[in-house]
Order: sequence, then C-alpha cells, then structure tokens
Amino acid sequence: MEWTSYLAPLSQGAWVTVQLTVYSTILGGLFAFLFGLGKLSHNPLVKGFSVAYIEIFRGTSLLVQLFWIYFALPILGQAIGLDLRFPPVAAGVAALALNIGAYGAEVVRGAVQAVPREQYEAATALNFTGRKRLWRITLPQAIPEMMPTFGNLAVQNLKDTALVSLISLGDMAFRAEQIRNFTQDSVTVYTLVLFMYFGMALVVTACMKLLERYVGRWRAAGR
Amino acid sequence: MNDATEIRDAGEMSDPIIKFDKVVKRFGDHVVLDELDFEVQRGEKVTIIGPSGSGKSTVLRILMTLEPINDGVVYVGGQPLWHQWRGDELIPAGEPHLREMRSHMGMVFQQFNLFPHMTVLRNLTEAPVQVLGINKAEAKKRGMELLEMVGLADQASKYPHQLSGGQQQRVGIARALAMRPKVMLFDEPTSALDPELVGEVLNVIRSLADEHDLTMLLVTHEMHFARQVSDRICFFDQGRIKEQGKPEDIFTAPKEERTKAFLKAVLDPDD
Repeated sequence: MEWTSYLAPLSQGAWVTVQLTVYSTILGGLFAFLFGLGKLSHNPLVKGFSVAYIEIFRGTSLLVQLFWIYFALPILGQAIGLDLRFPPVAAGVAALALNIGAYGAEVVRGAVQAVPREQYEAATALNFTGRKRLWRITLPQAIPEMMPTFGNLAVQNLKDTALVSLISLGDMAFRAEQIRNFTQDSVTVYTLVLFMYFGMALVVTACMKLLERYVGRWRAAGR
Repeated sequence: MNDATEIRDAGEMSDPIIKFDKVVKRFGDHVVLDELDFEVQRGEKVTIIGPSGSGKSTVLRILMTLEPINDGVVYVGGQPLWHQWRGDELIPAGEPHLREMRSHMGMVFQQFNLFPHMTVLRNLTEAPVQVLGINKAEAKKRGMELLEMVGLADQASKYPHQLSGGQQQRVGIARALAMRPKVMLFDEPTSALDPELVGEVLNVIRSLADEHDLTMLLVTHEMHFARQVSDRICFFDQGRIKEQGKPEDIFTAPKEERTKAFLKAVLDPDD
C-alpha cells in the first residue's frame, strides 16, 4: 500500500485532534483563570475549592482522569439516578481542559502575585474598586507574563490529546493505530504521525507567540 | 460632588482638614507612630521632615488608606477615616466608607507607580472614567489640560517606560490631580530621581503650592524647597512631632537639640 493512501484517514484524525486541542485549550484557559483567581480569593470556600481542584488534577494521571470521566462517572451517575454518560469528545475535552486548567491556574496565580505591590497601591490611591483594579490594572500586566508558559501548556495539551484514542475517539493517534493494525507498516505510519504532530505544534507555538505579542504590545512600544 | 464632600464643606472652615488624634501605628514590635497628634488646616502646605524610620511616610500612607492604624482616630474633613460611626460608637471602617474617604486624597509616590500598560494620557483618564464615571471625551480633555500644565502634552501617546524619571513623576502628579483631590500627598516625590531631574518636578509642585484651596502634605529631603513652599515644617522623630513651626523658625532657629542635629546633618553633610 502506498503511504499516500494513509493520508486521508490520518487527516480525518488530525481534524479531530485539532478540534480537541482548540476546545480543551480554550476551556482549560477559562479554568486556569477561574481557579487561579479563585485561589487568591479571600473567601475561604472559593479558595478551598480552587486549591482542591488544582491539587487533585495536578496530582493524578491524565489517563486515569480520562477513564474516570468516561467509564466511572456514568456508573456513579447511575447509582445516584443521573445520566452522566458523555460522548467521547465531551469526555476527552473535559479531561484535557480540567488537567491543563489546573496547571494553568498556578500560572495565573503566580503572574497575578508577581504584579508589583506598588501597582496595587497606585490603583487603591486612585480609588479603583477591587474588581476594576483586577481587570484594568492587575490582569493586563499579569497576562503577558503568563503567555510563555501558556504557550508551553498549549503544546503539551496538543500532545496529550493522543491519549483520547484510548476511549476510542478517532483522533490522529487512533487512526495511526488502525492503519498500523491493518498494514503492519509501523515505520511509515508513525513517522508520518510524528511529523504531523510536530507541524501542529509549530502552528500552536506560532499562534501563542502572536497572542503573546498582542497582549504585551505596550511593552514593545518605542523599543 | 458626592455626599462626603458636602458633609465636609458644611463643616466649620476653621476645622482642620486632617487631624490625627493619638494615633498609634506599629509594625510588629516596632512603634512607628507613638500616640501622634497632628493637624493640618484647609489649604495649608505642610512639609514633614525627619530621619528615616521616624514615621513620615507612614503618615501619608495612613491618609491614603494604604496602611491601617492600630489605635487612635484619624479625621479627614471632620469624618473619621479608619472608623465609621454606628450610633455614637466608632467602629472599624468598611470598604464603602474607605472608598468615600479616599476620594478626597491624591498621592504621588516615590517610585511614580504609573500604570506601565497604559499610555501617558490613559494613565490620566482611566480612573476619572472608571471610578468617577466621567465620559471619555471630557476625561481626555481634562487629561490634556493637566499634561499641558506639567509640560508633557507632547508625550500623551507614549508609554511610561519611554519617559525619563522626571517626566514620569510629572505624569504621576497629573494623574493624582485628575481625580480632583482636596488633599495632595507627596511621598518623597524626588528621592528616586537623578539630581538633574529633580528641578522639573519641584517646579510643578511649586506651581501647585500657589493654589489656595489645595491642601498639601509633603515628605521630602529637599530642605531648600521645603522652606520655599511650606507654611509649616514638622520635624518627626521616633513617631512623634518633635518640633514644628514656620519654615524660617525651624531652619534658622530650631529649639530642640534633635532638630538641630538633624538639620545640621542634612544641610551640611560634609561637616
């Protein structure tokens, strides 16, 4: 079989990988801000919940989280009378986003805390409310600091999507495995897939660089 | 004009605008302000001098609500600053009360503390728009007037890091003025500047000192300047006012030994 004949099924899988990456990175970013800021909250309940979320999802394996959401949750749901069966895509996106969100939350917290105290004082002196201080003063300065690490996390997330093939989601890794089973042509298939992941990672990196430049454009002014 | 301003303006004009009543401030075991009694009249220009650690900056930071107090009461415009009334009782102030009181004060920081992610003009318009609810066009117009006043109208679209320290501090002054405070607090405004940039900042402060309505409280090591612009000099030592009076009296005929020693040390450092 010609290697070009692998391309059609692989690109079908690639599309699933792209979707998983985009959805879970965006959702994960949302979780990162939600729980990263939650960890800085003065409300002990919000803080406690955020800390618990971060520690649990950083402290357990992504594969086990994935299996837990896809296989264990429906059974638990059944026991309490809820339908917690998710389609593989939803389970995959949820596991990836929750996992990457936990790492991202620590990045958000660190960057917000790294904004100099003097900025907080200047904002207080100008009588900003706590909320406006956060949105208008702290976060615009903290977000550019998060971006390099967010870039790494996004690439990490892209590569982690390969795990969802294990809940029979037809992503790139899953298609590769299918072709290999059928043709036994491991070298060609996996070399192709390697390059495809690498190409996607380059695109993700470039996108994150652009985003980084955009959110930090004030830093480059006049330089 | 908000409620707090009206209440204050209704007060007797002879009431001090700022009053510290036996204020105690501690950092751990270290007593920074030791039952401090201190008053400033409306429109008065007061300079606080004294050795480092004497509590000078702490007075300003307490007034700007950046530093809470441990005991005593601070009044601004007759209203308690760190407390609020509940019946006849003073209880610790909540955030709404602090926000209301803060609106009377503006502060200029030693390290300028401009917002690095905003242009110079945006630094001046952000709080008026976001906090006071002034419309953008009006805030920009007022911002440009203030930049004109500090001689930086041509820098409006630059970012703080593109300006010299002296220029940044002039923006810092304009930014505080944009909120139309009744009291301006200057916390060592020229201490972080290269010597050749000090003059331009002092000139701006000097022009403000001519405004009769504006109350000014200044912490500085620029003794010559303090003498020119101040109505009164307060010498702080160990968390209290050791000596105070007219600039001529303090600088030419200090009574306290501690004041003499301090002035000698700062005025003739080579001796």
